[in-house]
Amino acid sequence: MNATITLATARRIMSQLRNDRRTVALMVLVPTLVMVLLYYVMDDERSFAAWAPVLLCVFPFLVMFLVTSISTLRERTSGTLERLMASPLKQLDLLLGYGLAFGVMACLQVALALSVSLTWLGMELAGALWPLILVALLNALLGTALGLLCSAFARTEFQAVQFMPVVMIPQILLGGILVPRDQMATVLEWISNVLPMSYAIEAMKLAVMGADLNGDFWRDVIVVVGSILLALGLGAATLRRRTP
Amino acid sequence: MLHGVSFEVPRGQVTGLLGPSGCGKTTLIRSIVGVQVVAGGEVTVLGEPAGSPNLRRTIGYSTQNPAIYRDLSVQENLRYFAAVLGAPRNDVDRVLAEVGLTGQRRQLGGTLSGGQLSRASLAVSLLGSPELLLLDEPTVGLDPVLRKELWTLFQGLADRGVTLVVSSHVMDEAARCQRLLILRDGEILADDSPEALRDRTRTTDLEEAFLRLIEERLAA
Repeated sequence: MNATITLATARRIMSQLRNDRRTVALMVLVPTLVMVLLYYVMDDERSFAAWAPVLLCVFPFLVMFLVTSISTLRERTSGTLERLMASPLKQLDLLLGYGLAFGVMACLQVALALSVSLTWLGMELAGALWPLILVALLNALLGTALGLLCSAFARTEFQAVQFMPVVMIPQILLGGILVPRDQMATVLEWISNVLPMSYAIEAMKLAVMGADLNGDFWRDVIVVVGSILLALGLGAATLRRRTP
Repeated sequence: MLHGVSFEVPRGQVTGLLGPSGCGKTTLIRSIVGVQVVAGGEVTVLGEPAGSPNLRRTIGYSTQNPAIYRDLSVQENLRYFAAVLGAPRNDVDRVLAEVGLTGQRRQLGGTLSGGQLSRASLAVSLLGSPELLLLDEPTVGLDPVLRKELWTLFQGLADRGVTLVVSSHVMDEAARCQRLLILRDGEILADDSPEALRDRTRTTDLEEAFLRLIEERLAA
């Protein structure tokens, strides 16, 4: 790993974003707008309070997954990845560069969604703010890591976009949002047990409830961090120096 | 893809890699860079096996399709690759001048013309003063004036001791190389200087020489 190259990569990705203001606006504003929409659709503070943490989990993940899978796919198809693979850059430098740059974007996104929810939308937070931010950020990183991994299996941008529902919908359906996880059929519960989003959503709920952050919260956080590392490792393995 | 290909490239010369599309020029260049999966055989570059980490700073490589970020300006592209290659920052100005893109430095990659884009891509491979330059069709889509300027640049680099391997499917560019490797269907038809080739095939025209080489091969 080389810190100079990693930082240069993160800076390069930020410059690409700066040259594409519309994407930045969409990334930062959409989650907040959906929170506002949800608030008026629910029209009742209790149901909104139940759904808000879920959205705070899903959004950073979703947006980062999409943005990362498409931008890495572009690197693969435009030849810039081949150029980088012929250079001293290490796979991990590239992945961390992406993680850093999109992590900054995720911070902006979460910061705006949270401040609007906590002020205007009257979302109540029983405990500290930092566990919420921690979980949201980890989710953004998870989205980045899985996006990188999935982009290796897509040949076109159309395919890359199609991976989004494949990765996203089962995790939402089985994440204990619609039906509590312990009430699902056994097989589904098993599947739910291996999906990282289930733990992220649980951690987010605990954080919002302000439950004292005991073993359960930290176990969830560790599972999510482990999933991120696993996906990054697998993603790095798909970045081959030599290709056919 | 490539069969029984065996050759050495002398230092400080421009070696032309010529042949029709699909003959294996890109595969050969990618094998030398070390980004091609090689099924068998040995590629040694500057005394080390191709793809060794030590070589990654000493080889400049320009792909056939311009490998440039379309959503970054020319300057931003060059600054990034300079950082990755560990090249000094003032290298950016030097390579911009060498490929004649100083005026377009602030333009986004996506708004450049085809020829400008391939020159921007060429500029990246010149960063960090590599010892060996592998250029895959660097002059495609350029007008004659620019082509001549680039070949003067290549010759100037060779005079400074840089080794260049330049692929092309245009035969009239062959005359500008010190040495020619002519490929067809993954095999080397000829490995000689342009003069020797003309003598051997008894023609002054390299295009004609290429055709005669094929006839020779078919007859054999």
